[in-house]
Amino acid sequence: MRKFTLLDGLVLPLDRANVDTDAIIPKQFLKSISRSGFGPYAFDEWRYLDHGEPGMDCSKRPLNPEFSMNQARYQGAQILLARENFGCGSSREHAPWALEDFGFAVIIAPSYADIFFNNCFKNGLLPIRLPEDQVDALFKEVEAKPGYRLVVDLEAQTIRTPAGVAYKFEIEAFRKHCLLNGLDDIGLTLQHVEAIKTFETKHRAAQPWL
Amino acid sequence: MNAQTLYDKLWNSHVVRQEADGTALIYIDRHLVHEVTSPQAFEGLKLSGRKLWRSASMLAVADHNVPTANRAAGITDPIARLQVETLNNNCAELGVTEFRMNDVRQGVVHVMGPEQGATLPGMTVVCGDSHTSTHGAFGALAFGIGTSEVEHVMATQCLLIKKSRAMQVRVEGDLRKGVTAKDIALAVIGQIGTAGGTGYAIEFAGSAIRKLSMEGRMTLCNMAIEAGARAGMIAADDTTISYLKGRPFAPQGELWEQAVAYWKTLHSDAGAVYDCVIDFDAAKIKPQVTWGTSPEMVVPVDGRVPDPALMSDPVKREGAERALQYMGLTANTPMTEIYIDKVFIGSCTNGRIEDMRAAAAVAAGKKVAKNVQLALVVPGSGLVKQQAELEGLDKIFTAAGFEWRDAGCSMCLAMNADRLSQAERCASTSNRNFEGRQGPGGRTHLVSPEMAAAAAIAGHFVDVS
Repeated sequence: MRKFTLLDGLVLPLDRANVDTDAIIPKQFLKSISRSGFGPYAFDEWRYLDHGEPGMDCSKRPLNPEFSMNQARYQGAQILLARENFGCGSSREHAPWALEDFGFAVIIAPSYADIFFNNCFKNGLLPIRLPEDQVDALFKEVEAKPGYRLVVDLEAQTIRTPAGVAYKFEIEAFRKHCLLNGLDDIGLTLQHVEAIKTFETKHRAAQPWL
Repeated sequence: MNAQTLYDKLWNSHVVRQEADGTALIYIDRHLVHEVTSPQAFEGLKLSGRKLWRSASMLAVADHNVPTANRAAGITDPIARLQVETLNNNCAELGVTEFRMNDVRQGVVHVMGPEQGATLPGMTVVCGDSHTSTHGAFGALAFGIGTSEVEHVMATQCLLIKKSRAMQVRVEGDLRKGVTAKDIALAVIGQIGTAGGTGYAIEFAGSAIRKLSMEGRMTLCNMAIEAGARAGMIAADDTTISYLKGRPFAPQGELWEQAVAYWKTLHSDAGAVYDCVIDFDAAKIKPQVTWGTSPEMVVPVDGRVPDPALMSDPVKREGAERALQYMGLTANTPMTEIYIDKVFIGSCTNGRIEDMRAAAAVAAGKKVAKNVQLALVVPGSGLVKQQAELEGLDKIFTAAGFEWRDAGCSMCLAMNADRLSQAERCASTSNRNFEGRQGPGGRTHLVSPEMAAAAAIAGHFVDVS
């Protein structure tokens, strides 16, 4: 997995609550058996004016000029600023794959749906929770100042604004450790093969019908 | 020992080890697999040279991409076909049991698993699908996972997770006639919101829950994820045990007796403490209909489309305005004056035999309204279909003008050919009314099977209670 330490990135606002993973990557793209190539279809129904299907050349599709992702000032954004309950609905990991493939490395929102939140960490994507009033303040600043960037420091657990304000964020110690070091969960778990085998033997002796 | 919740018992009996911050390695008993969220996991496993830890824990089925009509012709969409063939090949190669498309046991993974007795009380059950919460109806700890975690379970039989907080949703009393588990689920989500259960595992309890059949309990736990809770669960009891007896994957003989004795301990102890308790009066719940683009945007059928202007929270108000625009609805319209174009009865929420019976009872001797262009009934599995046909339900549906199809996810998420067109309005027994969920520009109203069948007949929503 890709390591995450520090990011100085342009911010893209997505001012809607309850953005679901169907919106992040619509179902027709889930037919792919690959893990990559979803970025051009991220937010497909909001981003393009036509109906998207897998394999389309997205550079030729009509863009929705009102959608923030299509506006010149947000091109190259790596930080997605969102509202509450981001990533709700389907467990599809294609959603973080699409966001990561598009170029995002950080999401900032007041809250996330559990499965999506968890899936982000498996893909080197850092979802940060900030209190609603701080997210509100960031939305105002991003919209007011073209080229608005934030510096996200995972080690220090801070987000620094251009004006020098630092917002502190929380992250579970284990997730932080894995992200900072780009650790592969499966590799970590396999260090405990003996513990798993011991558990399994005991568990199946207690419930032999399993 | 302290009084434990059902969730405590399920969690504690599966902890292999724990990190300092509480992240635990949890052992997984049952791993269900479908074609959409598994190919990248199988590929990752192979690329890293790792082996499947326990192929016997796995049970696979293709459900999302399969056609529900004309199966003899195979899957015509080449991309969908490749995905289903990839599942077939992966399962054959690694010795995983799979029910293929033309096997009568094929069906929506969350209908098929319990029907086979593959979900048992006390188990941890996972699947790369958020509606895995369904299986919690059996007194199991069941939750949806992403594809990276699917690979993690394949390689290690474990998952790295943190324990959630415990919420109890208590529903006491008797449901009114025409009110179902689906209406309980929607009423709960309407009250606590789609993020109300985030960070929680929900246990549904109370006299109204104990009176539900296993089908009803599955419908309710299925929708826990729509309230934001990764897991929903209900204590195992005699209803659970009699449902499981004799099913192909359930234990038999002496092991059955041993298992039953253990399953009877799978309930919350008296005095167990929850982080949050919410009470509902069953008698006050009416048939529910969603009006917006999130399952929390729901009202009783005798209600009206809400007026965003009366909402004080600006984020909620903007969300409601956007939803009304997308749904093509005007504030204050009575729900019973909303006319529909299509009907979908099926899905992992409401595709079981009891749902088929309930819808058929409403449709019997009637005709689908002229303004309804398509009324689809999609049984949740080949076995549900077979049983329904034995009971003559297919004849009732087709005589009324419904289409009777083969098993699959179908128009719940419209990955196959079954879908809504732009601006079409649907009464649907599925679980999500998100924008575009049933087809780009499609407008979904979530309801129970009784309500969907009644809407098909009337051409608009009607109160079945």
